[in-house]
Amino acid sequence: MALIETENLSFTYPSGMKPAVEDISISIEKGDFVVLTGPSGCGKTTLCRCFNGLIPHFYGGKLEGNITVAGYNVAKCLVYELARHVGLVFQNPENQLFALSVEKDVAFGLENCGMPRDDMRKRVDWALQMTGIEELRERAPHELSGGQQQRVAIACVLAMQPEVMVFDEPTSFLDPLGAQKIFEVINDLNKELGITVILVEHRLDLASRYANHVIVMNEGKIVLDGEPHKVFNSERARLIGVGIPKATRLYQILRENGLKLSKVPINSEEASQFLRKILTHD
Amino acid sequence: MIEVKDVYFTYPNGIGALKGVSITIQNGDFVAIMGQNGAGKTTLVKHFNGLLKPTKGKVLVDGVNTRDISVARLARKVGFVFQNPDHQLFCETVEDETSFALKNFGYKPNIIERRVTWALNLLSLTQYRKTSPFMLSGGERKRVALASVLASDPKIVILDEPTIGQDHQQKEKLRQFITQLRAQKKTVVIVTHDVEFVAECNPRVVLMTEGKIVADGRANKILTNYNLVTKASLVPPQVTQIFMKLSDLGLPTNVIDVYEARKVFLNSLEGS
Ligand SMILES: Nc1ncnc2c1ncn2[C@@H]1O[C@H](COP(=O)(O)OP(=O)(O)O)[C@@H](O)[C@H]1O
Ligand SMILES: Nc1ncnc2c1ncn2[C@@H]1O[C@H](COP(=O)(O)OP(=O)(O)O)[C@@H](O)[C@H]1O
Ligand SMILES: [Mg+2]
Ligand SMILES: [Mg+2]
Repeated sequence: MALIETENLSFTYPSGMKPAVEDISISIEKGDFVVLTGPSGCGKTTLCRCFNGLIPHFYGGKLEGNITVAGYNVAKCLVYELARHVGLVFQNPENQLFALSVEKDVAFGLENCGMPRDDMRKRVDWALQMTGIEELRERAPHELSGGQQQRVAIACVLAMQPEVMVFDEPTSFLDPLGAQKIFEVINDLNKELGITVILVEHRLDLASRYANHVIVMNEGKIVLDGEPHKVFNSERARLIGVGIPKATRLYQILRENGLKLSKVPINSEEASQFLRKILTHD
Repeated sequence: MIEVKDVYFTYPNGIGALKGVSITIQNGDFVAIMGQNGAGKTTLVKHFNGLLKPTKGKVLVDGVNTRDISVARLARKVGFVFQNPDHQLFCETVEDETSFALKNFGYKPNIIERRVTWALNLLSLTQYRKTSPFMLSGGERKRVALASVLASDPKIVILDEPTIGQDHQQKEKLRQFITQLRAQKKTVVIVTHDVEFVAECNPRVVLMTEGKIVADGRANKILTNYNLVTKASLVPPQVTQIFMKLSDLGLPTNVIDVYEARKVFLNSLEGS
């Protein structure tokens, strides 16, 4: 069975008139790097909350259909148990940080699962180093800038090294190079440790190179689900208003002029390689 | 016109955020101030509407030193949309919020009504007219802040990080919105690190690192300079990255836009 599987999953918030996500049937394999995208308000954050059990256990509301994550039936399991397997970086980092120092926030989850002191210190140091915030360790999280808070929130989840890491627009406040470095770290964890990654992102030019699986949502439903090249080149993606990578867009508009590249590119490496072939008549 | 003359600014905690900045922004200019987190971008633009005053040096708006005019008076001329909209929204309804500045400026009710209706319509907020801004999503609140500034019809519009957390369609709308402002001959200054957004607009780009301006020029010149861009913690637009990888074939590397990229590529294909 897939690591995450949903079957006709729908969820309505207690105050909601209609479902925030509706009839979601997806399957995410162990080791997948998923990019989840779609217009604001389409239900991405809501779906992320289902993955770690905040929905339904914290939000209440009405959950229909089935969802299993890492072997747990989310509707029935205990949230703290699921938390060991699934880490979520919130879209709004302020809502995630509460300790008096960065270091304490990052150590919190490890303390909770009873990790020995020495191991814990090593893990915290590693997570702070990976996210480039070693010098902030003594600072109070609520005094930091938005970008710094995002790094702390990411460090909290990295430290736990859970089987599944869910990142909800984790780098929106970071400058592009800063964001890229974080994506590289996430990618290394995915490729080296086999951690399953779900990344919610609008800036597909930056993020899509790492993905092997792309899911596009619109108005609470899944509209595209599959291999990145196929999804980004689909007419539907563009019509919904997904900001497909410029490399893919260039491929599409060259086709309008009758020029067909050998394959659909989704990043600059692929695009330059395919264009080179044409220019050098290779 | 905004003239910044050798400005230094130090926060009370001793952090020197601006270290000798000079820049002139002409009427009708469209400028993107870009650079890494903490470079001093927000600090600089807060000097444009007098919210901050230089520790050393001076800032002139239409020839008037920002020290010699109240922030309230300057607000008629310079509209400012904050990075975090929650710092500027405080009214009970979107309508009150949008009309607040106009009432303060003493406009007549019928003019206020017309301006508010126009601004809310332009930003697709008409349906939320009687709603509290705090019931809305982050992106919507940002649009309310934008509508408030727009309604008051300032000559200079400053947008601090307007694309953060916005999806592709919202960014497209923002771009059209800026185009409209420019058609009205307004001066537009955006602070951003969104290279793809800037690549689509091709404004004048001012690059900052560590409290200083390190480059100033058209987007297609600045964003295609790999060393500069990297120093400012940005990455070149994806189209530029593609062309950089083909530079050995004699293709130009100063391309930032996909449509231009198509033209350049087809031309060089014909030539070869
Ligand atoms: N805590 C909540 N209570 C009630 N409705 C919510 C809540 N969070 C989100 N929603 C609603 O659910 C829908 C999907 O929102 P969300 O999952 O945040 O979308 P996205 O993350 O794609 O922007 C929206 O209509 C939104 O207003
Ligand atoms: N209110 C403040 N008090 C003290 N330091 C500040 C304040 N605002 C910003 N700074 C510091 O000033 C520097 C420049 O910040 P800012 O202008 O916000 O940068 P940017 O907008 O380019 O990210 C940073 O080092 C930041 O930490
Ligand atoms: Mg969201
Ligand atoms: Mg700023």
